[in-house]
Amino acid sequence: MITAERKPLEELIQYVKPFKRILLLGCNECVTVCAAGGRKEVGLLASGLQMALLKSGSNIEIRQHTLERQCDPEYVEELVPMIDGAEAVMSMACGCGVQQIAMRFKDKPVFPAVNTKFMGASERQGVWAERCQGCGNCLLGTTGGICPIARCAKQLMNGPCGGSTGGNCEISEDVDCAWQLIWDRLKALGLTDRYLDIIPAKDWRTGGGSGPRKIIREDLAE
Amino acid sequence: MENFEPVIVAFCCHYCAYTAADMAGSQRLPYPANVKIVQVPCSGKVDALHLVTAFEKGADGVYVAGCLEGDCHFKKGNERALRRINYVKKYLEEIGLESERLEMVNMSAGMGHRFAQLATEMTEKIRRLGPSPIRTAIAQ
Repeated sequence: MITAERKPLEELIQYVKPFKRILLLGCNECVTVCAAGGRKEVGLLASGLQMALLKSGSNIEIRQHTLERQCDPEYVEELVPMIDGAEAVMSMACGCGVQQIAMRFKDKPVFPAVNTKFMGASERQGVWAERCQGCGNCLLGTTGGICPIARCAKQLMNGPCGGSTGGNCEISEDVDCAWQLIWDRLKALGLTDRYLDIIPAKDWRTGGGSGPRKIIREDLAE
Repeated sequence: MENFEPVIVAFCCHYCAYTAADMAGSQRLPYPANVKIVQVPCSGKVDALHLVTAFEKGADGVYVAGCLEGDCHFKKGNERALRRINYVKKYLEEIGLESERLEMVNMSAGMGHRFAQLATEMTEKIRRLGPSPIRTAIAQ
């Protein structure tokens, strides 16, 4: 899922200070899973903002609402009855959601409450790690299910490099060497011969190298 | 502030802390009436949102009382409570409240004396810190 972390409260206070009534929006998907922008985090942030502003003598009315997703216009449309009551909107969704809100309600200032980080998976409760960078041409079938683009610091197609030490990447002992992981996987699968096949240089045109990407499904798009 | 009486919320776990509070009562051990006890099944049931809301409503101090380390009736509830409290302490500093207003304490069901002692200590600590700026702001 897409992971995110709440921005420092100080920054958020600066965003909302000029307003008297704001709408604080959570998202029930990715940011809920990584405990950054779900219904509970909306409650926590509303409370924190109110207290911080009360302390400095100002008052703010914060309406709290959590949408199922903010990246689909059908869900954003649900805000229509409550948008007039707000001078500004703060969204706890990932960047996709924030932009969708801003696009639909062009006359309302929209602020992000979280910093969107990466596409990742849970390693264990409370720990999320980067797994995918959306390169547009997945080669996980070749590399034993480990991604050298997301998990190798150099994004090598034919690693490891000389910096791989004790199974760790040279950038930090907390980071696994992706190619060590790939080799271990290929060994476990009995496919070590595949390591000798050279993977050609990555064509980044599918990976964001040609600008913003779009998918159009002709069977679905009216 | 003269004659300020702290309002302190104590989330007490049913198995240890609440029972200890009960024992303090049956042994007639005095403790300040400033402490308002909220019984929870386990200290691990207390969520960050409960703690933050207590301060939002004007509590001057909050503490969560759970079983002794290693002895949680639900195995690890008190460990989770401690992690949450440490997290909320940092949040309180971001908001502008002193993180000492929130504490985690541990006791066993038989420690009526400890309950009374901690209740007294917390009340005095909060009295020295003064009223919560939120409580002051709400009053205005």
